[in-house]
Amino acid sequence: MTMASTKELAANSRDIRPGRIIAWTLLLIGGLIMITPLLFMFSTSLKTSGQVYDLRLIPAAPTLDNYIKVLGDGRFMQWFFNSTLIAVTVTISNVFFDSLVGYTLAKFEFRGRYFIFLAILSTLMIPTEMLVIPWYLMSSQLGWLNSYWGIMFPGMMTAFGTFLMKQFFEGVPNDFLEAARVDGLNEFTIWWKIAMPMVVPAISALAIFTFLGNWTAFFWPLIVTTSKELYTLPVGISSFSAEASIQWELIMTGAAIGTIPTLLVFLLLQRYIVRGVMLAGLKG
Amino acid sequence: MAKIELQKLVKEYGKTRAVHGIDLTIEDGEFVVFVGPSGCGKSTTLRMIAGLEDISGGNLLIGGEVVNQREPKQRNIAMVFQNYAIYPHMTVGQNIGFGLYTSKLSKAEKQKRIEETGKILGLEKLLDRRPAALSGGQRQRVAIGRAMVRDPAAFLFDEPLSNLDAQLRSQMRMEIKSLHRRLGTTIVYVTHDQVEAMTMADKIVVMRDGNILQVGSPTDLYENPVDVFTARFIGSPSMNMVEGTISGGNLSVDGAAISGLTLPAHEGKALIGVRPHDLVVGEAAGAGLSASGTVEAVEPLGSETLVHLNVGKAQVIATAPGRVVPAIGSTVSVHAGAGSLYLFDAVSEKALGRA
Repeated sequence: MTMASTKELAANSRDIRPGRIIAWTLLLIGGLIMITPLLFMFSTSLKTSGQVYDLRLIPAAPTLDNYIKVLGDGRFMQWFFNSTLIAVTVTISNVFFDSLVGYTLAKFEFRGRYFIFLAILSTLMIPTEMLVIPWYLMSSQLGWLNSYWGIMFPGMMTAFGTFLMKQFFEGVPNDFLEAARVDGLNEFTIWWKIAMPMVVPAISALAIFTFLGNWTAFFWPLIVTTSKELYTLPVGISSFSAEASIQWELIMTGAAIGTIPTLLVFLLLQRYIVRGVMLAGLKG
Repeated sequence: MAKIELQKLVKEYGKTRAVHGIDLTIEDGEFVVFVGPSGCGKSTTLRMIAGLEDISGGNLLIGGEVVNQREPKQRNIAMVFQNYAIYPHMTVGQNIGFGLYTSKLSKAEKQKRIEETGKILGLEKLLDRRPAALSGGQRQRVAIGRAMVRDPAAFLFDEPLSNLDAQLRSQMRMEIKSLHRRLGTTIVYVTHDQVEAMTMADKIVVMRDGNILQVGSPTDLYENPVDVFTARFIGSPSMNMVEGTISGGNLSVDGAAISGLTLPAHEGKALIGVRPHDLVVGEAAGAGLSASGTVEAVEPLGSETLVHLNVGKAQVIATAPGRVVPAIGSTVSVHAGAGSLYLFDAVSEKALGRA
């Protein structure tokens, strides 16, 4: 007993080494730097327009007027709906198609498989800025400008998602798939019933990345939409600054409300994403 | 139930031939074990029977019908894999029931079958558990359950016990064997472990380099191996093999005295095989082979002791009764009686007969 206690003490004293103190301090500073803008966002959303440039973190006279104003504005709710519809649709589409293609590339032997994979991978090297003009021309010629489809189509399937899913499917042992084949399942059902449940961490990670990416997307939705009814939340919120004067308190209120779905998605899927990131790390 | 026939079955991967036109008939209800070293083509053959590998040449018949082009599901066979392949996201009951996924049985009937199968395999209390909460042996039983529930024409086992520890392996061997007795379904079983082959099979198929070397009952293979490879592969420890010469009806082996044996007709160099259990430590008693050698190592196993010794230039293993443990470095005499010598042609390595 005494020996155990001595050992524990020794272990504890080893834990408080200068290296650890420096590491914790750096982590704390990093955490503060990351959380400060968020705190200012919430703080500003509770201020009146006159108090916006008063940089105190805790407002002198907090008010929920901004929230009532923003939520009462029909346009805001429309933008919120647009963003939700687009982010959810694109996420489902990515999870479905990226997984399907990733699985095919990982588990089926066919001529040109390697070439197709390289072609998909090489598109990762093209920056979005270079693609915007072709996308715009394409949308314009096909009549997709100012439509939900116009906003969504470039992201319905991604090279990154396909690559991620392929890597994970490669880790699924073939025996599982062959056992299902012997049991009489068709290839689509094998993918859906057997392979997909085995890569849930990857699906969750992909779903979170895709949802966040589309929820916060600004550049392409701004270009492809002209009608205010089709704005997504980030585009809509930014329009608060385009009118007569910049209404920071409303922008911050909109942004604060906008973080709620991302928090919800993260809370729902976080236990999978942590595993997913770990697995991705292990796979190198 | 079904008879399985392999007629000149060939498997090629590009220009490499993995299975060289093998012929074999597996009778209805028979327990056949394919045995051989890694890369001998046994698993490939099993996968061709399952429909998981395309057949490059020849015919495969199940129940008298050619099934070369049929999908695995159309062949009505069930397979148990080396790493069990039970689905981690399903319970034991769901895993067993998965074998009935495409069946047109009613839900109640399916449930009844799952419960019956669970009972036969001693899994009835574990049906709601996930595979992660099961031991290796239980997982293996679930895999067998999933195969059984379908009432297939034949079971295919691909090295199903290689992930289990020695004790569990021996227990599962007996369980699979008694299951076969109870169900009477054809079983094709692949293993590289000759003990599994000897203890379980009605018929053993020895394979090497994509060819079948010998087919026969375990006793048949043990007593009458057709060549040096089979002789050394079957039986543990492996058969001792020493060089000798047959000349004018006499056999001579360096460092050994041979008397009173009737030899097969052969002239020239030969390989002489003696199983360690036939080469006994002690003085010569009657006709046979006698030799003496220096003890290099001993393996006391309790019931017997394996004695490694140098006879002439060859190293051989002999047996001594359990309580006799010769000292290392000492000289001992060994003797093999008449009828326990296996003679092989030194060039072709084919069996010449016994003496």
